[in-house]
Amino acid sequence: MVTELIRLKIALLRNSLKRSVWQLVGLIIGGLYGAGILGLVIVGLVGLSFADPSLAQTVVVLVGSAVVLGWVLIPLIASGVDMTLDPARFVTFAVPMNTLIAGLTVAGVVGIPGVVTLIASLGTAAVWWRNPVSLVAALVCALIAVLTCVALSRLVTSATTSLSGSRRFKDLSGIIAFIPLILLGPIFTSSAAGIHNAREFLPTLAQTMAWTPLGAVWAVPGDVARGYFGQAAIKFLIALVTLAATLWLWRIMLAKALVTPVHQAVNRRGAGKLGFFGMFPGTPAGAVAARSLTYWFRDPRYGGSLIIIPLLPVILWFSSSQSGSPDLLNVLGPVTAFILAWSISADIAYDNTAFSQHVSTGVSGLADRVGRAAACGLVALPICTVFVLGPVWLNGSWEQLPALAGLTLGILLTGLGLSSVVSARFTYNVPLPGESPFKTPPGSGMQMFVVQMGGFLVLGLLVVPELVLAILAFATGQSMYGWLALGVGTILGAVFLVVGIRSGGRWFDNRAPELLAEVSKNR
Amino acid sequence: MTDIPHVVPPARNGTPALSLRGVTKRFGQKLAVNSIDLDIPAGSFYGLVGPNGAGKTTTLSMATGLLRPDRGQVWVHGVDVWANMLEAKRLMGVLPDGVRLFDRLSGEQLVTYSGLLRGMDKDTVQSRVGDLLRALDLQEDAGTLVVDYSAGMTKKIALAAALIHAPRLLVLDEPFESVDPISAANIRDILHGYVNSGGTVIVSSHVMDLVQRMCDHVAVISGGNVLAAGTTDEVRGDSSLEDRFVELVGGRNASEGLEWLRNS
Repeated sequence: MVTELIRLKIALLRNSLKRSVWQLVGLIIGGLYGAGILGLVIVGLVGLSFADPSLAQTVVVLVGSAVVLGWVLIPLIASGVDMTLDPARFVTFAVPMNTLIAGLTVAGVVGIPGVVTLIASLGTAAVWWRNPVSLVAALVCALIAVLTCVALSRLVTSATTSLSGSRRFKDLSGIIAFIPLILLGPIFTSSAAGIHNAREFLPTLAQTMAWTPLGAVWAVPGDVARGYFGQAAIKFLIALVTLAATLWLWRIMLAKALVTPVHQAVNRRGAGKLGFFGMFPGTPAGAVAARSLTYWFRDPRYGGSLIIIPLLPVILWFSSSQSGSPDLLNVLGPVTAFILAWSISADIAYDNTAFSQHVSTGVSGLADRVGRAAACGLVALPICTVFVLGPVWLNGSWEQLPALAGLTLGILLTGLGLSSVVSARFTYNVPLPGESPFKTPPGSGMQMFVVQMGGFLVLGLLVVPELVLAILAFATGQSMYGWLALGVGTILGAVFLVVGIRSGGRWFDNRAPELLAEVSKNR
Repeated sequence: MTDIPHVVPPARNGTPALSLRGVTKRFGQKLAVNSIDLDIPAGSFYGLVGPNGAGKTTTLSMATGLLRPDRGQVWVHGVDVWANMLEAKRLMGVLPDGVRLFDRLSGEQLVTYSGLLRGMDKDTVQSRVGDLLRALDLQEDAGTLVVDYSAGMTKKIALAAALIHAPRLLVLDEPFESVDPISAANIRDILHGYVNSGGTVIVSSHVMDLVQRMCDHVAVISGGNVLAAGTTDEVRGDSSLEDRFVELVGGRNASEGLEWLRNS
């Protein structure tokens, strides 16, 4: 049974590659990336073997704990990371529970992350090659660690799927779990200020981690090497208990999940609440705007692109206070305008096959483009206003306001115009409706990269006039340049917006069926 | 129409509601639809039957302007679909199969959206949405998001979205799939009333019994070809539609083999 499951997993992997060349390219790139990391890790581990054993142990314990933590967190962020062997699919087969658990655990190692973790863990043995007993201990512990990683991530997956009875939980959890990751950068840089304390801090942290389920397994070989056999035995016991407890909990979860199919908790609601549809004009363009705006608030994929926005000021504030240049905060408005305007560049791809409603109702390209741009503009304008006024107010630099406003408005309008063309012409695969906003769909890499880079370049070129004027205003301090930037940004941006919407609308009218076929490929 | 090209659709009893001439679609190596000619008379309740993968959905997509044919032409009430797209789409209401809906809208919002996209005025849309929700028994769930609907409710709300602009031709791809028997009966009543008042309905299905009882005309499609088309009685002759279908399409296995499956 266990070998059957592994063979099934490999067959699924192989067949998914047959669907598109890009998937193969993705796997190769992923494989190279993994191999590169592995190479670095092995070199580092061999290097560690020449270092002081207690230093080696500190490093191994800390990195190892981080790896285990990663296996726990990743299923939270990217829901459905690897559900190729979803236990729910085995419900109708009479597979004994213990066999299923064993099979799913071992099969979980098959795949790039599993294999990389396995080899790297076994590689820790290289640190202790001079001490045969601790070498053997390292090999045994590596296996336990890898199994614990897989079992933990499976446990988290099944725990969240049974928790997420309501769709709302599922929508939110993916986004919320992402926030600490984005803030990780600033937190690290700010704590890097105390890096000279790290020499005392890190070994203490490692010693603490070594007694927790996350780090115990990694500490055993080091303890053996240093002759602390008693401690090694206790930590080994902690590692074993961790694995056993994880498997036991997972077994309970699985047993429950297999007899209770995923249940949707739904509140029934009657008619009468039209939301944005009641507020917008009753025209096709108004309807598209109302629908898009509803999606900005209800679809986690749009929320996912917005999540960076409130974090941006925090990140910039950190960096500007670190570097001691308050002017850095000024980029907040322009950068936000850029992110928001560009976020509708894959709008039709986000619709997926629901776009067929636009095609079958024969809505005009102009109405479609105007509606989507209007919804995005309505979200972006208040945010950008606050983000332009905020830094100016904080720095008390009101003389910079015209230049900053001109640049921001120029980027926003030009970006909306460009997105209107791009989303009608160049599509790439995006997460499907209902999927995690942060999931990268298979086979999207190259196309997405080309479209995004091309778009950034063109946008950069189109906003050159107001950018140059704004920079002149900052550099010379002459208010004339600032007012010029405001005028040029507004007028040029408006022109590009109109041109973009019209030409995007024409593309749309001529190619609506082809566009539908394009976005239907990924489903 | 002044710009009708060389092929003129034959008119038997006036202009057909839908005419296909030489419509062809190829997906890579596979010829999905092989030069189909088909006339759907105005005022008929037309069933399109065929095994899985016969090309029903592809044909209907090309007839409704969702998929551009490689070759061939389509007319809806004499309007060339691929030359006069907007006018043709006004005449048609479409329920596609296997596509998503804007399911983060509530049912009421989705149907309203469909009406407004077609350029109808807000008041008309509002009153028709109320009527449709009542007729399809979705009032209780009008404010629930479509993503939380059951499969049958989703079909019903998509049907409402297809009906809102009072089209002359309704193209319904698998409208009864996973719809409960009571709702299915309600939908049948609505459709019969619609046909009696002069509308035309095309349904695709692989439930032969249903088609035989419901439709006055039927076409059998298999492997991208029309094997038979006409009134239901013409096509089925003396046998049941199901038997006639199996006879036309073939592929039945004699129920021998699987000896080990017999319990006694």
